[in-house]
Amino acid sequence: MTAPSSTTSAPLTRQRSALYAGNTGAVIRRGLLATRSTNYLVVLSGFFEPVFYLLSLGIGFGALVGSVQTSTGQEVPYAAFIAPALLAVSAMNGAVYDSTWNVFFKLNYSKLYQGMLTTSLGPLDVALGEIFLALLRGAMYAVGFMVVMQLFGLNLAWTALLALPAVLLITFGFASLGMAITSYMKTFQQIEWVTFIMLPMFLFSATFYPISVYPEPIQWLIQALPLWHGVELVRGLTTGALSGMMLVHVGYYLVMIAIGIVFTTNRLRALFLK
Amino acid sequence: MPQPVITARNLTKKYGDFTAVDGIDFDVAPGESFGLLGPNGAGKSTTMRMVGAVSTRTAGDLEILGLDPNDHGPDIRSQLGVVPQQDNLDQELRVRDNLLVYGRYFGLPRSVIAERADALLEFAQLADRTKAKVDDLSGGMKRRLTIARALINEPRILLLDEPTTGLDPQARHILWDRLFRLKEQGTTLVLTTHYMDEAEQLCDRLVVVDKGRIMAEGSPAALIREYSSKEVLEVRFGSDRNAEAAERLQGIGERLEVLPDRILVYSGNGEAELERITQLGLHPITSLVRRSSLEDVFLRLTGRSLIE
Repeated sequence: MTAPSSTTSAPLTRQRSALYAGNTGAVIRRGLLATRSTNYLVVLSGFFEPVFYLLSLGIGFGALVGSVQTSTGQEVPYAAFIAPALLAVSAMNGAVYDSTWNVFFKLNYSKLYQGMLTTSLGPLDVALGEIFLALLRGAMYAVGFMVVMQLFGLNLAWTALLALPAVLLITFGFASLGMAITSYMKTFQQIEWVTFIMLPMFLFSATFYPISVYPEPIQWLIQALPLWHGVELVRGLTTGALSGMMLVHVGYYLVMIAIGIVFTTNRLRALFLK
Repeated sequence: MPQPVITARNLTKKYGDFTAVDGIDFDVAPGESFGLLGPNGAGKSTTMRMVGAVSTRTAGDLEILGLDPNDHGPDIRSQLGVVPQQDNLDQELRVRDNLLVYGRYFGLPRSVIAERADALLEFAQLADRTKAKVDDLSGGMKRRLTIARALINEPRILLLDEPTTGLDPQARHILWDRLFRLKEQGTTLVLTTHYMDEAEQLCDRLVVVDKGRIMAEGSPAALIREYSSKEVLEVRFGSDRNAEAAERLQGIGERLEVLPDRILVYSGNGEAELERITQLGLHPITSLVRRSSLEDVFLRLTGRSLIE
């Protein structure tokens, strides 16, 4: 049987991969249009959360604390110690919110991805598009918070500028892994588990005090979790204390991103193209 | 028959031990309106998903537009329009944006999409609702928008899974009218339904499916001719006397079908059979003579009703 090429349009002439149509842009544009018309208030609230933490704990509580020693031995004001950690946390929260609640709803209730995958889009287009939107949100939070940090004089070195790409890396990691985990979830209750894990990670990942207060085994546990790497990376950059460990932090996130994308793509294919 | 746009041979889909589609064969010709008629759970939707290249077959052969969906999923999907059983419109977008965004998923140029979107909104009788939220549309409007959306890539085949399930009669008739126009324009339609009137209205040819198998194939009229009589006499004696009356009716008409609440007498002349029943001294509470329908065909083939 011959392919009916005479009447078909251009797309048929090149064979496309079942995974990727090179059309992530369409998914991103859809996301921007949807955000513009419905939920920009949610986006806005995510920006203020770390700002409130900074004002209450950094400025208020910090007056009692004075200065703190970073992991590289540098003495910095308490607000300058926690501000980069809050920046990393806001990146994490934005990415996780997007990749769990939002993605879960689109997967199971609005059937958005199901609709997308009946077109010529592939699962990788969808995964990359959604992760990019989470990145964009993370970037907006980060820029806003960096401006606040600058106003309070909490960026102690020019390397603070590099915190911006660092925050994007953190967002990318959490969004990618978060989406992979969400794609395996069946109920909203399971997403609560994610929130349940995130809270202690936020509180104990050397966010509000140096990791040296813990006994060694606990330190290892903290260092195995992703947020600690993000906090240390951003803190090193905003306080200007660069070290070789930063490459490890970056590597940790690169692995996290790769794992997340592979699992998300395979899972979307298994769910909708089986 | 010209080169078919869909060819299925021994098409099979299993989920674990459960066989949803059990080795079915069919062809769909270009421009044809082809139906899969069967009760819920017959394997219609699973078949549609395989034809839509979003579900991989377990065994058999399948060609859509001359391509194997296992190797050319995206190429096939780019030439199909899909109307799923449950509306999956983008609720976060407004009516017209739903069409524009969906067109982008196919990688179509913006200007082409905008032009088609306006024409399709006109076609779907939604031209005055372009800025409305999807949630504010009625069930019938949502379905029409879903159909308009499925047409944005000018598909060569339009797949409709239970297109009018859950709609009120008026909305169904509007939808049928729209689908009939598409058919007249030469669009190939493949639809599933468990409504016999829908199948009779829209399908040139159909297969009756039950439990994953094809029970019969043909045009609605030919199926009725082959598997049923011209007329059907329905008599009710009340549920207590139904079985007893059925015994005494043996030999009347070409064939009897005893249902829990009524007896169907298949015959070329229903009125004459009713007269014979009265002569036997039986007096049904109600009686009705009607033309045979696909429902009767299904009952004959499977011993069960379509809608249970």
